[in-house]
Amino acid sequence: MSLDADLALTRGDLALRIGLAVGPGEVVALLGPNGAGKSTTLQLLAGTLVPDGGRVELDGVTLDDAAAGVHVRPRERRVGMVVQDYLLFPRMSVLENVAFGLRSRGLPRDRARAEARGWLARMGLEGYERRRPAELSGGQAQRVALARALIVEPRLLLLDEPLAALDAGTRPVVRAELRRHLAGYGGCTLVVTHDPLEAMVLGDRVVVLERGRVVQQGPPAEVARRPRTDYVARLVGLNLLTGTASGRTAELPTGAVVALAHDATGPVHIAFPPVAVTLSLRRPEGSARNAWPLVIADLEAHGDLVRVTADGAVPVLADVTPLAVADLGLEPGGQVWASVKASEISVYPA
Amino acid sequence: MSRTRRRQDPRVPAVLLIPAALGVAILVLPMVGLVLRAPWGGLPSILTSDEVLTALRLSLVTATVSTGVALVCGVPVAWLLARTRLPGRSVLRGLVTVPLVLPPVVGGVALLMVFGRRGLVGGWLHDTFGISLPFTTEAVVLAQVFVAMPFLIVAVEGALRTADRRYEDVAATLGATSWTTFRRVTLPGVAPGVLAGAVLCWARALGEFGATVTFAGSFPGTTRTLPLEAYVAINAGDTEVAIVLSLLMIAVSVTILVGLRDRWIGTS
Repeated sequence: MSLDADLALTRGDLALRIGLAVGPGEVVALLGPNGAGKSTTLQLLAGTLVPDGGRVELDGVTLDDAAAGVHVRPRERRVGMVVQDYLLFPRMSVLENVAFGLRSRGLPRDRARAEARGWLARMGLEGYERRRPAELSGGQAQRVALARALIVEPRLLLLDEPLAALDAGTRPVVRAELRRHLAGYGGCTLVVTHDPLEAMVLGDRVVVLERGRVVQQGPPAEVARRPRTDYVARLVGLNLLTGTASGRTAELPTGAVVALAHDATGPVHIAFPPVAVTLSLRRPEGSARNAWPLVIADLEAHGDLVRVTADGAVPVLADVTPLAVADLGLEPGGQVWASVKASEISVYPA
Repeated sequence: MSRTRRRQDPRVPAVLLIPAALGVAILVLPMVGLVLRAPWGGLPSILTSDEVLTALRLSLVTATVSTGVALVCGVPVAWLLARTRLPGRSVLRGLVTVPLVLPPVVGGVALLMVFGRRGLVGGWLHDTFGISLPFTTEAVVLAQVFVAMPFLIVAVEGALRTADRRYEDVAATLGATSWTTFRRVTLPGVAPGVLAGAVLCWARALGEFGATVTFAGSFPGTTRTLPLEAYVAINAGDTEVAIVLSLLMIAVSVTILVGLRDRWIGTS
């Protein structure tokens, strides 16, 4: 089972044009800011929207082919969907919800219900058969929605912000559960999310979507370590600069120069974590070979540390202790030197 | 100090107060008059008289059958208006809601022109099957459906428009046909709207007079419903019967209004 999609759709401000491949048993996390086209992509794959151009092939079956005028309707696509607010049918019991797909395919009620019971048991929801959706917690509702989608054996499972409706306390538990259930499903899975942690935990591979285009994709660790856009860098908490390298230095478009630990050439991304940045009032001496004079734009609490946003030739985020903020008398508008050791900087081709 | 101080009621200018009082009087006085003039002592005997019971039974049966017909035909019309991109949909919406503003007697004349013995459909019905609709109980039902179904259509279409269509998308991804989706997902979802529409429709059918008297006439037992009975009674100088019938209809209307208000304004 594998998905091979090439989609084009223009709707209002959004010009979506993406290629997407999901392998058998693979979980791909589609990460991006609001309005990037994530949900539109899901609607296209589910068949509730028809693409302007491109093809969708699932398991060797053509679901969409704009040039040939092919569009397979949602109910014949074998694509399952679980959305943020789960959309359990409110007037049916939990059991009827799960059995709905089989009943719709003409299975007799008894057999459909027997199988639905089995799925509820797998989801750890025995005894909840007769409940109404309104009587479930968020995590339980999600498992019911998952069982309802999986019972008809879809070839592709689409999850739209599956954890967004949960409160922060239950989210980690449900996320781990969801990961376990997805691991047991043999088809292709596409998870849409704007939460980087969710994408990293659930996805075997992360695809980053911005303004309708794929801007980066790769294994979660790779994306986290080597962001290619400001959006990803901010999500994973890294400083990201773009410049042109020559030997052990790289020049930024602003003219500032960054010292590197290794040789590099050509266009590069330069990334370093905010905790690697040291702030001081005078130009530092010693092994920190990168030092830039900056102006503080903003201070905000960030866990136990204070995140300092500083602007200048090299815009930098720095995480420092509250003690350092007090010692240095940091405040917006103040001048400061930011320094980073070359060994803390990772450089990779842009 | 609280910034959200309660607003003081404005002084009511006499220019508004006087016409407002007049308006309330026009709406309320007639009903007060009915209650004051009601022959409370003779009430049981009038209510159980043959004419009243016959008219009451006929009214309840025809209004209920009309509502059934309106449900069977009107819900699909509402679905077409709310869910499809039928060409000429807005024209269709305009046409099916015309009876809302049409004088009922005009509806009656129109029905007579179509279903009368020499009418478009009526002539064919009569020649082919020997069926003649005018002045029958079926004609009463047809007249009631004509004036009352638009209430149901408007209510159901509104409910369909505000319903979350993503439920229907989910049903489709689960393999449901559009009919299964309609039956098991869409319809249960708009059930409150359908119920409200049906109740309004029933109340309107119960009170139907103009189209009925024009198209179906006023024959005791077959077409003389409660409003017609009241009209006959007042014309015959039988004021007490007319008052009792009027009170009966007010009681039904108020009951429905109270029941619906909870559904509309309540936070269920």
